[in-house]
Amino acid sequence: MAGVRQVALARTVGISAAYLNLIEHNKRRIGGKLLTDIAEALGVEAGVLAEGAEAGLVADLREAAAGLPGVAVETARAEEFAGRFVGWAGLIVAQAQRIAGLERTVEGLTDRMAHDPHLAASLHDVLTTVTAINSTASILVDTDEIEEEWRDRFHRNIHEDSQRLAESSQALVAYFDTAAEAEASAGSPQEELERWLAARDYHVAGLETVEPGSAVDLPDAAAQIGSASGQVLTKRFLRRYRGDAQAMPLAEFTARAEAQGYDPLALAAGFGTDPAAVLRRIAALPTPRGAGAIGLVICDGSGTLTFRKPIDGFALPRFGAACPLWPLYQALGRVTAPVRAVVEMSGRERTRFLTYAVAQPVAVTGFDAPSVIEATMLMLPVDRVAVPDLPVLQIGTSCRICPQHDCPARREPSILAEEA
Amino acid sequence: MRKRVLLIEDEPNIIQAISFILSRDGWTVDTHADGQTAVAEVARRTPDIVILDVMLPNRSGFDILADLRADEATRALPVLMLTARGQKRDRELAERFGASRFMTKPFSNAEVLDCVRELTGS
Repeated sequence: MAGVRQVALARTVGISAAYLNLIEHNKRRIGGKLLTDIAEALGVEAGVLAEGAEAGLVADLREAAAGLPGVAVETARAEEFAGRFVGWAGLIVAQAQRIAGLERTVEGLTDRMAHDPHLAASLHDVLTTVTAINSTASILVDTDEIEEEWRDRFHRNIHEDSQRLAESSQALVAYFDTAAEAEASAGSPQEELERWLAARDYHVAGLETVEPGSAVDLPDAAAQIGSASGQVLTKRFLRRYRGDAQAMPLAEFTARAEAQGYDPLALAAGFGTDPAAVLRRIAALPTPRGAGAIGLVICDGSGTLTFRKPIDGFALPRFGAACPLWPLYQALGRVTAPVRAVVEMSGRERTRFLTYAVAQPVAVTGFDAPSVIEATMLMLPVDRVAVPDLPVLQIGTSCRICPQHDCPARREPSILAEEA
Repeated sequence: MRKRVLLIEDEPNIIQAISFILSRDGWTVDTHADGQTAVAEVARRTPDIVILDVMLPNRSGFDILADLRADEATRALPVLMLTARGQKRDRELAERFGASRFMTKPFSNAEVLDCVRELTGS
């Protein structure tokens, strides 16, 4: 529903078009008479509208099911389950996310145990000292007649070793305290940054008027981002954000972006910046009231998603690899050549987006050095832009929860019934 | 004639403790703390058994063992390996390189003594 029809519908049911837009994008939950009125005006069952509101929950449920492929889950009935038991479905999703967080923590600790040279050296030191004390103490206890000179020497050795053991133990405790602190915040450093940004709708107002060259401080993030790695990522993100904001000042950029229909290449030419910076800048604009949010994903040369600004209808995988058909990855295959595509997410809702993607070197690393590439993709809801007449590209989230039939890029079978 | 043991270990207090218990048992104990020159020391001392630590300064005990097994003169020499790392991988490496026995720290004096006697048929 778009344009005149949306306005007419809002008038029919007695709400503003902006409020209807929020409902449509699942930003407001409705029920009761308003739900019935809207359904009646559209000529559909109220249940169909309510199911739409649970789309995010259904995608998360499917992801939870994909995590335990050995369990026979009725994935085809996920929507029905989410619709009938919202609370239980929410609990399953929350538990799956909690398990994933704990698994990451275990993985991190295992990795630390196996590969941390400081820990290995400390434990080696402790064991060696314990061996020396144990061996020496046994001699003193088990030997009936021992020369005074040897006895004194062994006493001295035990004294030295016990001091050394105390120091090694203290160092280990201090080490684990620091490690525990780093693990205190649930989720990966990337998720910490994303949570922090989501609370600000991905717009950092405090950096829009910062003078060039001034330091980036983290007044809020310092308190809210627990891990040191999370703070490093946040600082890196904010430095880049500040650079983008200085190159493309908010008021001027907003005006031109709207006038030029969010055309990244025209904006890049106008501001003298690179296209990727423009894509980031568009995604950082405040979302106008009633309008759909604009999404952004960034990946490195390995295809790993390093930044995610999620939007309704474009499900992003929390872990693991995304759909290789995303224009993001098409761009990665032809560095510096921009990619434009209209995409449609497979699944029940089939939401469409206009996407722009570009891959470019992050830095010049020198002759004979490996190139460091980063790809960026912007996802614009089709009701916010003029959609070019292009073939619609069918894409998914990730193979395991994608129903797309006969996909040439499929890595593994889907756990869902495939769609023709 | 007293049998000779060469203890290749860099931890001074462990050296003293093991030297003491083996001497009391009638062994002549030579000690060496450097990995780089350990193989030459074995050739010079011609011991009846070597007690070899894995983590030594300048060279790993596994590399020293490999050299000993590659030399005809020391191919059959009993070697007891000591390590603070009891992981499966270390145990497998010790077996692959031909250690006669593998012992993880902390070990007891009696264990070391029994093992040395057993490996030399004493």
